[in-house]
Amino acid sequence: MPLTIANLLKPEQIAHVPNGSLGSPFHERTSPLNFNQAWEEWNGFLAANYYRDEHLEYFSTRNTCGVLDVSPMNKYRFKGPDAEAMLNRMVTRDVTKHPVNTVQYNIWCTDAGRIIDDGTIFRLSQDEFMLTCAEPNMDWFQLAKVGFDHVDITDMSHELAALAIQGPTSCALLKAMGFKGIENAKPFDIVKFPYLDGEIMISRTGFTGDLGYELWIDPKNAIALWDDVFSTGKIFGVQPLGLESLEKARLEAGFLSPYVDFHPALHTMDKGNDHSPFEMALSWIVNFNKGHFTGRAALLKEKQAGKHRRLLKLDIEGNKAAESAILYRDAACQKQIGYVTSAMWSPVVKANIALGLVEGKYADGPIYAEVYHQKELRWIRKVCKCTKKTKPFWAPARAKQTPPADT
Amino acid sequence: MNNKHYDAIIIGGGHNGLACAGYLAKAGKKVLVLEAAEQLGGLGATREFAPGFKASVAHTLPQLTNKLVNDLQLRKHGFELAANSLATVALSPAGQHITIANGEVQGASAADAESYQAYKRLLGRFADTMDATWHKTPPVMTDGGFKDASTLGMFGLKVRSLGKTDMREFMRMIFLPAQDMMDEFFETPLLKAALSWDYNVGNKLAPRSPNNAVLNQLLKMSGDMSGNGELPLPKGGVGGLINALAKSAKAYGAEIRTGSPVASVIVQDMQATGVSLENGESISANHIISNTDPKTSFFKLLGVQHLDVEFTQRINRLRMNGLVSKVHLALNAEPKFTGLNKANGRIIIAPTMQYIENAFDQAKYKGLGEDLALEVIVPSLHDNSLAEAGKHVVSIQVQYTPYDIAGGWDAHRSTLLENVIKTLEQYAPDIRSQIVASELLTPVDLEQQFRVTGGHWHHGEFAIDAWWMNRPAYGASQYKSPVAGFYNCGAGSHPGGGIMGAAGANAANYILKEEK
Repeated sequence: MPLTIANLLKPEQIAHVPNGSLGSPFHERTSPLNFNQAWEEWNGFLAANYYRDEHLEYFSTRNTCGVLDVSPMNKYRFKGPDAEAMLNRMVTRDVTKHPVNTVQYNIWCTDAGRIIDDGTIFRLSQDEFMLTCAEPNMDWFQLAKVGFDHVDITDMSHELAALAIQGPTSCALLKAMGFKGIENAKPFDIVKFPYLDGEIMISRTGFTGDLGYELWIDPKNAIALWDDVFSTGKIFGVQPLGLESLEKARLEAGFLSPYVDFHPALHTMDKGNDHSPFEMALSWIVNFNKGHFTGRAALLKEKQAGKHRRLLKLDIEGNKAAESAILYRDAACQKQIGYVTSAMWSPVVKANIALGLVEGKYADGPIYAEVYHQKELRWIRKVCKCTKKTKPFWAPARAKQTPPADT
Repeated sequence: MNNKHYDAIIIGGGHNGLACAGYLAKAGKKVLVLEAAEQLGGLGATREFAPGFKASVAHTLPQLTNKLVNDLQLRKHGFELAANSLATVALSPAGQHITIANGEVQGASAADAESYQAYKRLLGRFADTMDATWHKTPPVMTDGGFKDASTLGMFGLKVRSLGKTDMREFMRMIFLPAQDMMDEFFETPLLKAALSWDYNVGNKLAPRSPNNAVLNQLLKMSGDMSGNGELPLPKGGVGGLINALAKSAKAYGAEIRTGSPVASVIVQDMQATGVSLENGESISANHIISNTDPKTSFFKLLGVQHLDVEFTQRINRLRMNGLVSKVHLALNAEPKFTGLNKANGRIIIAPTMQYIENAFDQAKYKGLGEDLALEVIVPSLHDNSLAEAGKHVVSIQVQYTPYDIAGGWDAHRSTLLENVIKTLEQYAPDIRSQIVASELLTPVDLEQQFRVTGGHWHHGEFAIDAWWMNRPAYGASQYKSPVAGFYNCGAGSHPGGGIMGAAGANAANYILKEEK
């Protein structure tokens, strides 16, 4: 055992101020690894901000593989003969065409066509779905259920422990763990294996934009799974991930984060501070051909008017992250046209990237970001030209290959 | 699919459905009315409840207008009144009854008789003000057009034209509980109880309930068959009006089919295109117009899969639990009430507002009071078509009898009927021995027999939050619905319940204007 401070201290000696949050099913393993006890609260659970070094953790998702405890994710079960119809009327994609044993990214909107939240729907059988999302949504699901008598919605968040294993060696690691044929799972496929004394569900999904999988298991087997992953994973460069590295990876992949890139409609007070799917560049999952769904009329109107704001992927001059930057039409910063929602220097893309929300009529013209950064306390202002990108910043071929190459 | 195609199919042959059919057919539209029951009229149907004895659940027509009667030529088709206006009689246990007739109060204090004139004047002015709203499509508040702004403006102007003093009173009083109104004007408890009746009946309201009791009272003053606030009695029960409406609609070319329950509305490409009957038959039309209550319309007939989540919830939370039961008694002789020459008025049995409130308090907690507040009419004293000569029908509204009574209605039916008869006996001691048959219709019976959710007379509470642009709910308040081709024309739509026909007429006008 290497001699480190973490190894010299017993877990109970590590300063920990109880804050009412629960440990996840993996806490027994994640807590001793969390060098600074750097936690944040996520749906009532402790979630690691980082374990030791967020940069190192981030690089594992791009070079080896990182393991993120996503157990705090909200998980809901929709079961019954009306489950398909109920979900289909709630979300913007066509659930009637969602194949069993696959996952689809989806969003649900208010009557006014404003995004409430996004999440992934797992179709487990003809009449059973699991929906996962970052924020609690039971209140909306109960409303959306009104009038559908034959569907039961349960919050199953505590019934499943979950690990996201993300990065180029993730498939190789799972194979080494004995999940035979996992390499044949296509992106968004769900496969199940007998595991320990029960079953494990593996979906080829994730929030990093790289090759990756998510493992879903009975919490009682969580520790055993963790140990299996980390003992088998040593030669695959496995590394625990905190939320800060995830935030970087997801931005490179072009994924959205609630309360960062969009403000959930049900928690928005002022008109115009919430967002439509078109504003969030999600028109690809708004299906006007599937029949009625909540928000359809409002969304059709918005689409036809075409005046909505647009979330753009921006490659920004220089290397200073354009955090909180205001966006302008001109280098003189005369006409304000929007703002940056997320920004970072991307080590893997070697670019200064950001997502920016821009007024519709300026989205096709030039865009400049007013960037502030500090040098030994001295503030420096820079106006940087932005280049629009249409593809995700980070989209390696392996993320879509089946089977993925062993790295 | 039936090879016949209609301009409009109306689901439900109650008075609003028939009025809507009449107006549409008169404008040249090809109309089909589908009634689930074997008999037209719903809560307005005159039925034989015992051999030789007839009654309709609704019994008077304070809200009917001459405009509707004339527009649809209802007199030509047999509509007539049995009595121009019934006096309202407040029965006193001691025989000191109070009568309100011909705009005068008799039997109360001199001060009350005088106050009644001021009260009548003010309410009459308020009722005229509200008249600007009842017979028009309600405005919408956001993204409305010129028409909406003008409807809103006209109402504002009407309120303003009350003059400073009356306008202030209007704005103050419109939200008052009945009891506050009564206490402001009157001193005699019996008079207060009787005059508070129309403020509350049919809704989940009692004299002390806040929320727009005054608005209710004004709706009940919307008719003009025999003047503002008067109480006309139709010949042949309300069924007499129903028959005339049906004949009129048919004469204009509408088809009417009874015994034809609709199973669902057919929606194709997000457009209502027809109906499926319970017998499997499908019929197509450009406009599908539901005269059923909003919950039946949107949940059972249309299906929520065609609606947005928040709109669905607005319909879902409509307050639809009825509180009024109906009792029909068949008598072998004329009923005699102590101290009353002839029981030919509308009799209110409620000695005080407290008495009414007590009955309501029980109902609030799903119980049943022993002392019940009653509105009693003996229509056969004015109309020989309801019973054989010398025999009589007593038509009684009973407050308050909760739809969701604890333990279910089967456990309470006989108690309720007995309590009603016991209450009547205190004022008409011989009545029990005169009864040859009786019918009790609890809110649950009304729901089952007349297909109205919760057995609610008005297809949902009539209240500020369910009024005008919010009736039945925002997004469906202009007779149209979020689904193209699907409309509502029943009491759940503006202006609301009561035998008025305005919702049906307004819906027809809206559809005709929309086509232009």
